[in-house]
Amino acid sequence: MNKELVDKIKNNPDYKELVSKRSSFSIKLTVAMLVVYFAFILTIAFDPALLGTPICADSVTTIGIPIGIAVIIFAFVLTGIYTLRANGEFDDLNNKIKNSIKEN
Amino acid sequence: MHMNRILLFLILGTLAVFASGAIEGEVKKQALNMSAIVMFVIFVGATLGITYWAAKRTKSAKDFYTAGGGITGFQNGMAIAGDYMSAASFLGISGLVYLKGYDGLIYSIGFLVGWPIILFMIAEPLRNLGKYTFADVASYRLRQTPIRTLAAAGSIATVILYLIAQMVGAGKLIQLLFGLEYEVAVLLVGVLMILYVTFGGMLATTWVQIIKAFLLLSGASFMAIAVMAHYDFSFGSLFAHATELKGIEIMSPGGLVSDPISAISLAVALMFGTAGLPHILMRFFTVSDAKEARKSVFYATGFIGYFYILTFIIGFGAIVMVFQNPQYLDAAKQAISGGAPILGGDNMAAIHLSHAVGGDFFLGFISAVAFATILAVVSGLTLAGASAISHDLYASVLKKGNVDSLKEMKVSKIATVILGIVAIIMGIMFEKQNIAFVVGLAFAIAASANFPILFLSMYWKKLTTRGAVIGGSLGLLTAVVLVIIGPTVWVDLLGNAEAIFPYKYPALFSVTAAFVGIWFFSITDSSHNAEQEREAFEAQYIRSQTGIGAEGASEH
Repeated sequence: MNKELVDKIKNNPDYKELVSKRSSFSIKLTVAMLVVYFAFILTIAFDPALLGTPICADSVTTIGIPIGIAVIIFAFVLTGIYTLRANGEFDDLNNKIKNSIKEN
Repeated sequence: MHMNRILLFLILGTLAVFASGAIEGEVKKQALNMSAIVMFVIFVGATLGITYWAAKRTKSAKDFYTAGGGITGFQNGMAIAGDYMSAASFLGISGLVYLKGYDGLIYSIGFLVGWPIILFMIAEPLRNLGKYTFADVASYRLRQTPIRTLAAAGSIATVILYLIAQMVGAGKLIQLLFGLEYEVAVLLVGVLMILYVTFGGMLATTWVQIIKAFLLLSGASFMAIAVMAHYDFSFGSLFAHATELKGIEIMSPGGLVSDPISAISLAVALMFGTAGLPHILMRFFTVSDAKEARKSVFYATGFIGYFYILTFIIGFGAIVMVFQNPQYLDAAKQAISGGAPILGGDNMAAIHLSHAVGGDFFLGFISAVAFATILAVVSGLTLAGASAISHDLYASVLKKGNVDSLKEMKVSKIATVILGIVAIIMGIMFEKQNIAFVVGLAFAIAASANFPILFLSMYWKKLTTRGAVIGGSLGLLTAVVLVIIGPTVWVDLLGNAEAIFPYKYPALFSVTAAFVGIWFFSITDSSHNAEQEREAFEAQYIRSQTGIGAEGASEH
């Protein structure tokens, strides 16, 4: 990639929009995953009995079970959310950038 | 033509080895063996057929390393799942659930949460910048020789450690399931893996992984459904019955993570380690562009998450159907140690459950699937190790990039054979060793050496060669030393009374050491070279974000 092309893309408003939107989206989702996972693992480290609370009085099932399964589903849903937006909105922006450099 | 003849010869040879071993095994465990062996032979026949087909389509180094780059996102997602769901996670996690209940779930969640991070941070820039190995990306604007040497060292270390774990596991499993001698089993796995990879390259490896993922997910689904059907699909009744047998404590966190430091350190190892596994990273070069790379992770996360939920049900299923079932009790062991040990140890819980829910036929199926699982994982590992040797060390470091594609592919194939032989020898050498530490060490190295260099090369402008080399080496060294002086090696393996380093998982410290080292030795680097490397960041970043100039799929 030569200097001229770098400058051209760098100053392209679509490129700026793509980078800022995608970075902030990626960071938000990463933070969401980290917060959920570390909340889970630190709960286990500091207060293991908490997840051992039964879901209702006469049940052996503990709240830890649905919470654990929910963490797995949460991870999958996050990848879905990201993929959906990136394959639509971000790729459209990216295609606009690619077309703009083909024009001349 | 010549190659195809050799392949045919090797196929027949392997089947002959297998058949002769099978006859010996039959003496011990007749009923158990036949359906397993028939199904396994079908699997091997089919995969060797695929290898033959793939060999004809593998004409260049690009085909060899990336299957031509034309794998779809869905196929790659399935193959990633096939690469990641090792026999260790199938048998090990269901065995852990069987033994400790809830702790197994904690462990499997750790193995999953790295995937979203890979998607948000790594997958797209990796695809946009790289060609065959993650070192392509790490060395994109840095000096080739030192960076590639370090990245290759990290890759080869990870691959060999992982291979040892898989080979020893394979030997023991096959010995138990098929009644083959340990050495024969290890040799068989090694030979088949060499065949798949040398002749079929990434294309054959990918399809072996896809088929295996399909078989494993189907088999595990069947087992989970069979268990749940027994309890009218009520988790409450399943758990109630399980706690009657094993006590209420299996429903809550046990001793897996005891203190906050260990908890965080394990989390760091699993999260960043996954994002630094060379055989996983390599899979992103098999798809045509960033869009397919994204889809790959989406599907892979779905399959892997679903699989972990299944292993949880399977573990509980084993508690209610295998535990205290006299059919699976190891009476000889019980006489010595008491309790209710099952044949082959806790990791065989899922295997025994398959017999309990589906009889000999289904036991045969699951045994064959477990074998297929090992084959798929070791093939992916060997291919990644071979690429580090041929693409990073040979073509880039030794020949400075002046090497034609055919020659590079040839070196890659030689490297595959050598790695295969090393794996067989290590597998036999480590048979009686306690190898509990090796997968942990592999993850620690991946998290502490491979991941920081890769991540910072993508996102941090000020990264320089000096920083990456010193910091990356520091991470690698810290990980290795802390594992050696930690409880798993210092106490359990070397027999010392107390560990010098008190924590089982070193990642928190070694990853920190790597990042701090890279940061410090980069910002203080005022060489002319460093300046050029910082200037080159902008163009690299644009390519990583847009894919302009990225490697495409090959034409055919």
